[in-house]
Amino acid sequence: MTTVAVKPATMAQALTRALRDAMAADPAVHVMGEDVGTLGGVFRVTDGLAKEFGEDRCTDTPLAEAGILGTAVGMAMYGLRPVVEMQFDAFAYPAFEQLISHVARTRNRTRGKMPLPITIRVPYGGGIGGVEHHSDSSEAYYMATPGLHVVTPATVADAYGLLRAAIASDDPVVVLEPKRLYWSKDSWNPEEPAPVEPIGRAVVRRPGRSATLITYGPSVPVCMEAAEAARAEGWDLEVVDLRSLVPFDDETVCASVRRTGRAVVVHESGSFAGPGGEIAARITERCFHHLEAPVLRVAGFDIPYPPPMLERHHLPGVDRILDAVGRLQWEAES
Amino acid sequence: MTVMEQRGAYKPTPPPAWQPRTDPAPLLPDAEPYRVLGTEAAAKADPELLRTLYAQLVKGRRYNTQATALTKQGRLAVYPSTTGQEACEVAAALVLKEQDWLFPSYRDTLAVVARGVDPVEALTLLRGDWHTGYDPYEHRVAPLCTPLATQLPHAVGLAHAARLKGDDVVALAMVGDGGTSEGDFHEALNFAAVWQAPVVFLVQNNGFAISVPLAKQTAAPSLAHKAVGYGMPGRLVDGNDAAAVHEVLADAVRHARAGGGPTLVEAITYRVDAHTNADDATRYRGDAEVETWREHDPIQLLERELTGRGLLDEAGIEAARQDAETMAAALREHMNQDPALDPMDLFAHVYAEPTPHLREQQDQLRAELAAEADTEPEGGTHR
Repeated sequence: MTTVAVKPATMAQALTRALRDAMAADPAVHVMGEDVGTLGGVFRVTDGLAKEFGEDRCTDTPLAEAGILGTAVGMAMYGLRPVVEMQFDAFAYPAFEQLISHVARTRNRTRGKMPLPITIRVPYGGGIGGVEHHSDSSEAYYMATPGLHVVTPATVADAYGLLRAAIASDDPVVVLEPKRLYWSKDSWNPEEPAPVEPIGRAVVRRPGRSATLITYGPSVPVCMEAAEAARAEGWDLEVVDLRSLVPFDDETVCASVRRTGRAVVVHESGSFAGPGGEIAARITERCFHHLEAPVLRVAGFDIPYPPPMLERHHLPGVDRILDAVGRLQWEAES
Repeated sequence: MTVMEQRGAYKPTPPPAWQPRTDPAPLLPDAEPYRVLGTEAAAKADPELLRTLYAQLVKGRRYNTQATALTKQGRLAVYPSTTGQEACEVAAALVLKEQDWLFPSYRDTLAVVARGVDPVEALTLLRGDWHTGYDPYEHRVAPLCTPLATQLPHAVGLAHAARLKGDDVVALAMVGDGGTSEGDFHEALNFAAVWQAPVVFLVQNNGFAISVPLAKQTAAPSLAHKAVGYGMPGRLVDGNDAAAVHEVLADAVRHARAGGGPTLVEAITYRVDAHTNADDATRYRGDAEVETWREHDPIQLLERELTGRGLLDEAGIEAARQDAETMAAALREHMNQDPALDPMDLFAHVYAEPTPHLREQQDQLRAELAAEADTEPEGGTHR
């Protein structure tokens, strides 16, 4: 028996395969957006789909995000399962009225008669040196909108699994794709069948005993690195990758915090009214008696996304995480 | 010798030849709104269709007055009347085949009812009961849309999807003059034209967006002229002439069904009542203007045509009135019954399956309702 060396896939390639597999499995799946056809998307995530499935199934639309999402609503009303691409995080904002006024609430306002199975792919977050409007972390807006599911993968396998689950979902799902991880590779073998991840489950990426880092998307690899570095300081950190922001997996998060007694939430978006505030509050409400220290947040600053030359000062890095971990020695200080 | 001369004479490269993508002339609307009633064209109209339109107009007017009365009795939270605009509402519904779809705005309850939706269910949103009372798939009527023009891209997407599936379906989307200023109007028309989607856009130009007159809404020669910029035909029609509106819409629907793509129809009409029962129209328009339009009433126009040509007599008029009264009485009776709302429904349809945190909130409300029931006096009910 010979083993063939398989080139590890990037996250972008895993997403492409998820789209291709979903389109092959269900003729109702349609991919649409600006540049998704001939060009294959500016990140090449839709590469080859127009050729393989035809331009009716992978459609270059006019440049208009409200129009892209608004027509997707009508297509979903007629039984299709549109997968729309918003080219960059901040480009999605013109589509917010369609998202909030229709996509998120049509199931509810029609008493379940008209579900809208739409997947909205949004390349998001910083760290790639993008100029203004190309690096926003917009997850809080999506999380604050009832009726939407919000997922964000951090590994190549999860990128595949979560996108497949999003397309299979009968509800609208916002898939936030960390664009600085598009070219990351891990041990996932693209030739093997990949699991479709159920939406709503966090995963412990690294077990530990002294504190929990709760994170998602682009900050997961940073937290893994911080956890390694913390060993030198005598800290054994657990890293929880949320994967799904809505629904939120209180069970996995709280089980971890109850074990470790300490928690730091890490994300790129701002901390004020950001996801970390919600997560810290949920932990405090559920695990108060297990906590040895307040839940801390390590986040981006509460500023409009900075210019590329300064973004390294804005994005939470290993040092800032370790500094927070140091502040978790609450008893010793008080 | 100048620098240019030293380098040799500069010869600019001629630009590539330019040609318009579409000949704009056939897309332009006529100078005058199209009219049938009172003209020679009326002789060619199908008498049966005219009588049907008349019966529906009379019913529609009665529906408008009844619904407005229900707001005064507190039975309807709000009602945006279409008195004076019934011809547009009725024609929009009657022009469609069973498999076609109607995309109404919040003002178009009458079109929804004319399409066959139960009048009480059509008023569900406006009475403050659940947001959409009817099943959109039963009569192929999209939910009443409150944000302006956002239903137009839905109509385009649905029509496009139907065509991709090979189905014979046309979508008719309704919007007001104010809605044409919204970005979604532009995006919907552009997508429809690029995709050649089988859609008809009906703009009911009723003169005002709440209080803002058309002159402050647009500088275009007419709203129908906007079609040319998208590469689709624009048609202007007298919106109070039911026969003309029906004919123009029927043409546009036929054109769409045959693969000809979208049409923008501007119907020139007038909102005789205020924006809603909560609006004071005397602040922004004079009685004389309203009076002019009252004289150009859609029901009177059609009635004169039909009686003048011996197609309708006093008995026929009375029969239409009786029919409308029966509808109004049934509507009153049904609207006077309190709808039974289940508070637990608040969580039932947010997602296909409630999320864990919604399940927690569901439990909280269940406990609150149980506690309320314990303290409720005998015979008390939840409202």
